[in-house]
Amino acid sequence: MNSSKKVTESLIKTVLLICTLLTVFVTFSIIYILLSESATFFLSVSPVEFFTGMKWTPTIKPYAYGVLPLVSGTLMITIGSALIAIPAGLLSAIYLSEYASERVRNILKPMLEILAGVPTVVYGFFAFAYITPFLKNLVPDLQAYNALSASIVVGIMIIPIVASISEDAIRAVPRSLREAGYALGARKPRVILTIVIPSALSGIIASFILGISRAIGETMAVTIAAGRTPRLANILNPADWTKSIETMTAAMVELGLSDVSGHSLAYKSLFAIGFTLFLMTLALNTVSYFVKMKYREVYR
Amino acid sequence: MKGDGWKEKMFMALTLVATLAGITILSALLALTFYEAVNWIDVQFLTSPPSRFPDRAGIYPSIVGTIMSMILVGVFSVPLGVGAAIYLEEYGRRSRFKQILEINISNLAAVPSIVYGLLGLGLFVSTLHIGAGSILAGSLTLSLLILPTVIVSSQEAIRAVPDSLREASIGLGASKWQTIRNVVLPSSIPGILTGVILSLSRAIGETAPLIMIGAATTIFTAPKSIFSTYSPLPMQIFMWTDMPKEEFLHGLAPAAIIVLLAIMLSMNALAIYLRNHYRKKLWG
Repeated sequence: MNSSKKVTESLIKTVLLICTLLTVFVTFSIIYILLSESATFFLSVSPVEFFTGMKWTPTIKPYAYGVLPLVSGTLMITIGSALIAIPAGLLSAIYLSEYASERVRNILKPMLEILAGVPTVVYGFFAFAYITPFLKNLVPDLQAYNALSASIVVGIMIIPIVASISEDAIRAVPRSLREAGYALGARKPRVILTIVIPSALSGIIASFILGISRAIGETMAVTIAAGRTPRLANILNPADWTKSIETMTAAMVELGLSDVSGHSLAYKSLFAIGFTLFLMTLALNTVSYFVKMKYREVYR
Repeated sequence: MKGDGWKEKMFMALTLVATLAGITILSALLALTFYEAVNWIDVQFLTSPPSRFPDRAGIYPSIVGTIMSMILVGVFSVPLGVGAAIYLEEYGRRSRFKQILEINISNLAAVPSIVYGLLGLGLFVSTLHIGAGSILAGSLTLSLLILPTVIVSSQEAIRAVPDSLREASIGLGASKWQTIRNVVLPSSIPGILTGVILSLSRAIGETAPLIMIGAATTIFTAPKSIFSTYSPLPMQIFMWTDMPKEEFLHGLAPAAIIVLLAIMLSMNALAIYLRNHYRKKLWG
C-alpha cells in the first residue's frame, strides 16, 4: 500500500468514527441540556416543592410547580394502557409462536406491527372523535376529555411491542423442553402455561417494562384525548377515570404551545419535567435491558 | 378427557381473539375515518391553505413543508447513520468500545420523542440560533430522533453481506475502504434503503418534538426556504382536532389523516418493493 493510500484509509476511518461518536455527543447533549436548564429551575423552586407539590399552575398566578398531579395523570395512563397491552400482547405472542402456521404468522405479524406505526396524533384523534362518544353510551358520566379513552388507545398502540419481544423470548425456549412436557402427558395449554411461559419469563417481563416505558413517554394521544387538566387523580377511584387529567408529556406540550419566554420559570419547568421523564424511562429501559440479557444467556 | 379438549380449544381461541382484537379495532377506526374523510378530500383540499371556513380549508402549505423537511431529514440522517453503521460493523468488530456504543444507541432509540424536542430546542434553537419552528430546526431534530434506527437497520444490512465477498476483494489486493465502497455498500444498499424509508415514514408522523421546537400550528403560505417556519401535517391534524366547529373534527381532520396515512403507506410499499426487487437481483 503506498503512503497516500494509507492516508486516505485512515482519514476515512476517522470520518466514520466521528459519525459513530456523534451518537455519544447526542446522549451527552440531552443530559447536559436537561441538567443545566433544570438546575436553574431548581435554584428558584426547591426540588422538595417540585416533587411533593400538589398543584401545577406554571402559567397562571399564583404560580405553583408541583409535579404530583402530572405524575398521577401519567400513572393513570400507564396503568390503564398496561391493563390492555400486557394481556393482549402476551396472548398474541402465544398465538403467534405456538399456534399460528408460518403462513398465518407472516400475515398477522406485519398487521400487528401496523398498530405501532400509526402516528400517535392519529390515535389521539381516534380516542377523542370515536372512542369517547362510543363509550359515552356505556358510561354516561364520561367527559369529552378523559383518562379512559386515552388509556385504551395507548394500550392498543403498545400491544406490538409487548407481543414481538415476548414472542422472541417464547421462540427461544428450546423444543426439547416442550417435548419433555408432552412426554409426561401434558396437553398444549398446560405445556405453554407451565413450561414455556415460565422459561421465557425474563424476556416477557422485559417486554412489559418496555411497553410501560413507551406509555410513560407517549405524548400526542394523551394530550388530545385526556386533555390538559392538571389534577391530583386517585387511580383507584373509577370516577376519576371518566374525567380529564394531564400527563407530564401533555403539560410539556401545553407549555410548548404557550408563548413562555426563554427566561421564565415556566420555560425552565419544561426541562425539569423532561428530565424527570428522561430518568424514569431510562431507568425502565435499563432494567428491561438487563432482564432481557438474562434470558438470552440461559439458552445460548 | 373430553372436557380437556374443550378447554384446549377455548385457550387457543382466546389467544387468537387477543391477536385479532387490536387489528380489528384499528381497522374499524380507520374505516370510520375514511368514511368521514371521503367527502372532504378533493383537489381544493390538497391545493388550498388552511382557513377558518371548513369549505375553503386545505393542507397545501403543510404538505410542501412536510416534504421539504423529509428530504432534509434524509440528507442529514443517511450519511451519518450509514457512516456510523459502517464503522461499527467493519472497523469496530467485537470490542468493549463497540459494545458501549451499541448500548448507547439502543438507549437513544428508547428516549421519548418529546425529549428530543427539548434537545432540539436547547441545541438548535437556543444555542445555534436556528429559527424556532423553521424547517431546518425541525429536520435536524427529527434526524437525531431517527438516527438510532437508521444505524441499527444499516448495521443489519451490512452484516448480511457474506464475508466471502469481502475476502475475495481483499484477496485481489483491494484496501479496506475499497472493499467497503465497491463490495459491501453496493450489496447492502437495498437493506439500508429499506431501513431509511421506514425510519422516514415514522418521522413524518412525529408531532411532539416539533411542538417543542416551536413549529407553527397553522401557516397560510407554503414555505419558501429551509429557514421558513412550517406546520407539519400532523401538527395541522392536531390543530383541527382542537377546533370548536364540528366540521374540523369530523371532516378536515379525518381528511388530513387519510392523506398522512396514504403518504406513509406509499413509503412503506416502496420500502417493501425495493427489498424484494433487489433481493431477487442480488441473490438470484
